[in-house]
Amino acid sequence: MFGNLSRNDWLLIAGFTVLVLAAPIWLAPLGAGYPAIMEKFCIFAIFAIGFNILFGLTGYLSFGHAAFLGVGSYAGVWMFKLFSMNVVLSTVFALICAGLFALIIGYISLRRSGIYFSILTLAFAQMMYNVAYSVLTPITNGETGLQLELSDPRYLDNALGASQSIGLPRTSFFGIDISGGGMPGFYFCAVILIICFYLSIRIFRSPFGMMLRAIKSNQTRMKYTGFNPKPYLLAAFVISGLYAGLAGALMVATDPLAGAERMQWTASGEVVLMTILGGVGTLVGPVIGATLIKYFENIFSAFNENILNATFDFLPEGLRHFAVEFSALFVGEGWFLTLGLVFMIVVIFLPGGIMEGIARIRALFSKKKTQDDAAEGSVVAAE
Amino acid sequence: MSKLTLSRRRLLKAGAATGVALGAPLHFVKGAYAQDKMSCNMPTGSEVVLGFNVPQSGPYADEGADELRAYQMAVDILNGDSDADAISAFSGAGNLKGNGILGKKVTYVTGDTQTKSDAARASAQKMIEDGGAIMITGGSSSGVAIAVQSLCQERGVIFMAALTHSNDTTGKDKKRYGFRHFFNAYMSGEALGSVLAEEYGKERTAYHLTADYTWGWTQEESIKNATEKQGWQTAQAVRTPLGAGDFSQYITPVLNSGADVLVLNHYGKDMVNSLTQAVQFGLREKQVNGKDFQVVVPLFSELMAQGAGSAIKGILGTANWDWKLNNAGTKAFTQAFGKKYGQPPSQAAQTAFAQTILYADACERAGTFYAPEVIAALEGYEHDGLGNGPTLYRAEDHQCFKDVLVVQGKDDPKDKFDLLEIRKIVPRDEVTYDPSIFGGDLGPADAKQC
Repeated sequence: MFGNLSRNDWLLIAGFTVLVLAAPIWLAPLGAGYPAIMEKFCIFAIFAIGFNILFGLTGYLSFGHAAFLGVGSYAGVWMFKLFSMNVVLSTVFALICAGLFALIIGYISLRRSGIYFSILTLAFAQMMYNVAYSVLTPITNGETGLQLELSDPRYLDNALGASQSIGLPRTSFFGIDISGGGMPGFYFCAVILIICFYLSIRIFRSPFGMMLRAIKSNQTRMKYTGFNPKPYLLAAFVISGLYAGLAGALMVATDPLAGAERMQWTASGEVVLMTILGGVGTLVGPVIGATLIKYFENIFSAFNENILNATFDFLPEGLRHFAVEFSALFVGEGWFLTLGLVFMIVVIFLPGGIMEGIARIRALFSKKKTQDDAAEGSVVAAE
Repeated sequence: MSKLTLSRRRLLKAGAATGVALGAPLHFVKGAYAQDKMSCNMPTGSEVVLGFNVPQSGPYADEGADELRAYQMAVDILNGDSDADAISAFSGAGNLKGNGILGKKVTYVTGDTQTKSDAARASAQKMIEDGGAIMITGGSSSGVAIAVQSLCQERGVIFMAALTHSNDTTGKDKKRYGFRHFFNAYMSGEALGSVLAEEYGKERTAYHLTADYTWGWTQEESIKNATEKQGWQTAQAVRTPLGAGDFSQYITPVLNSGADVLVLNHYGKDMVNSLTQAVQFGLREKQVNGKDFQVVVPLFSELMAQGAGSAIKGILGTANWDWKLNNAGTKAFTQAFGKKYGQPPSQAAQTAFAQTILYADACERAGTFYAPEVIAALEGYEHDGLGNGPTLYRAEDHQCFKDVLVVQGKDDPKDKFDLLEIRKIVPRDEVTYDPSIFGGDLGPADAKQC
C-alpha cells in the first residue's frame, strides 16, 4: 500500500503535516493567525492541488473548475437544510454531485484539446454561473445566495432529536462545531488538506500519474504504443473535479452560504493563477500559490492609512508621509496591483513558479552534492 | 532507497495529538473571556473597533470610496478630533460627547468586499476574528448586504447596512442583528406611483425591462403593483441578463407592444447602457396612443446619473437622500463633508454616516456595548436631524422609515454633482407598509461569544 513512495516523499508529507497543523503559531506574526483565513488557505490549497492534477500532469488547462466548487457548495448547503448539520453527510453529497457534473462536462469537453478544451470548460462554467444566478433561483437563491434558515426542515437532525439551539444551528462534526469561527473548523480543513496532499502524492508517483504525464508529453506517441488516453484524461478530470467539489463542501461547512459568484470565470481564473504562481506540476507549488493569493486578498486589502502610519512611525515626519503615500498604492484598494506585480515577476523570471525559485536556491546551497541531486531538483521544478 | 515505516494508525494518532495540543491553549483563552453580559468582541481596553466593509475594487468602488470618507468623518466626530457641526441638528447629538463611544476611543478596520458575497464575508470574518470589530457596516449591493448580515447574526455582531435597496434585506432575509437605514424597492414604488400618475396621467401602459435577479424582480413587482394601483396597465415585463451591455434587442420590441412608458429596473452600468440606448433609439420623441412616450428609472444614484450623461435629463426616479435637500441636518452634514473633502456627499456617504452615528448613539443610550441591549436601543428608535427628517427604526423589521425623494434628471446641470433635482418629498406615512407582507423572521437576539 505504501510501496511507491520514497523516503523523501514521506519526509515531505511529515513536514507538510507539521507546517499545516502548526499554522496558527507561525501565521500569527504575519497577521493571518485567525481561523477564517486559515480555513480559506486550506480550502483553496485543496482546490489548487486538485486543479494541478489535471493541469500539472496532463497539461489540459481547464478554465471552468470553479463550477465544480459551486456545485459542491450548493449540494452541501442543501444537505444542511434538508437533512443534517453534520459535515460528513454534506461533504459526501457534495462529492457525489461534483463528480457527476465533472463526468458529464469532462466527457464532452475532453473531445477537444488545447485552447478548444479551455474554451469549452469556460463556456460550461459560465453557463452554470448564469443559470445559478437567475433561472435556477428556486434552487440557488440567485444573487442573494443559498443560506440556512430557521424554518429549514433538517429531517435527520429533528428525527434524532438533536438539541434545538436558539437561532441557527452550526455545522458540526459529530458534536464539534465546525462553523462559527472556532479553531475546530480550521483543524477539520487542515486534516482534509493533509489527506488530499497525500492522495495527490500517491497519484503523482503512481503508474496512473505516469500515464497522465505521457499525455502531456506526447499524446500521439501514447496512442501508437497502444494506450487510449481518453479514459485517463477523463479520470484525471473527474478527480480534479472531486477536489474542487470537496473545496466547495468545506467552504460551506466552515461558512454555510453558497453564492453563484464563486462559479464565475474570475474564480476559475484564480485557481489557474494560484497553480502557475506556485509552480505547475509540482506537489507543493499549488498550496503555496493558493496561500499567497488568499493572503494578498485578505491581508493586504485590509491595510489602511492608519495602519501604514503606525508602521512607519519610526520615520521622520516628511519621510513618513512619503512612505505612507507610496505604500498606500500597493495596499488597501491597491492589492490587485501588488498581486499583479508579483505574478508578472514570477512568470517572467521564474516560469516554473515559486517552486522553481526554491529549487534554484537549493541548488545554490548544495553545489557540493552530486549531479544526480541537481538533476532531480530540476525535475521537481519541471514536472 | 530506504523506506520509512509508518503505519496509518500511528500517523493518525500523531496528527490528532498535534491537533489537540495546538487547539488546547486557545480553548482556555476563549473560556477566560466568558462572563456575564459579554457579547462578541466587547471592548475590554480603552478602544472600541468598528469594521468598515466597503467595495474598494469592482464596479461600485466609487460608492465604496465615498462611504469610507463618511466613516472617517463619523469617527473623527465621535472621537472629538473634529468639531461636531455635522451632527448639530441630530436629535441625539447630546448623547455624543466627543470622547469616543462610552468613553472608549473609536478605531476601525477596513476591508474590500469586491462586491462579491464570498469576499465580503471573508473580509467581515477577518474583522470579527482578527480585528475585534464590535460592529460592521458598509456594502453597496443587496446580495453582499444579505450575506454579511447573516454572518453577523451568526457571530453576534451588529451589522449596520449601507447601500442596499432590495426588499429582502429587511424582508424575507431580515435578521435581528441587521439594521438598514436606506430605503427599499417597495418604498420606491409607493413614492413613484402617485407622482407618475400625476405627471403622466392614469391611463398608461408600462413595459418593464428588468435585471434578471432578485433585486430586479422585487423592484419590478413593487413598481408594477404601485402603478397598477394608479390605474396603469402593464404590457409586458421582460427579463434581461445581468451585464448585457447591448440592450437594443430588448428595446426594439417596446414600440410595437402598445406601451407608452418604459420602466428600467436596472442598476449601475446596466441602467446607464439601457437608458442611453433607449434615448438613442429615439423612444422619448415618439408618440404612442396619442401620448408622449416616457422612460422611468425607479432607482437613481448620482453615479449612475453621471454615467448616463445627457440621457438622464427629465427622467423620473427615486432617491434616499440628496445633498440639495432643504433641512438643517442635510445642510450641516453637506457643509462639513464639503469642508473636509471638497465635494458634496453622495447618498451612499450619507447613509453610511447616519448608520455609524446611530450605532454610537444607541450604545450611549443603552449605556453598554452588550449587543442585545444595543439592539433594543435601536429598535423602535425615533430620531431626527440626520438629513432625512423624522425617522423611525421600526422594531419589527429593522427598516428605517422616513420621507422618500422623487427626483428628476436636471435639464441644465451646473456641474457633475448637480444632475438631479428633487421633484417631490413623499411623506413617510405614504411609504410605510405592513412588515408582515414580506415574511421572514428576525431570529433571536441572544449574545454570542467569540
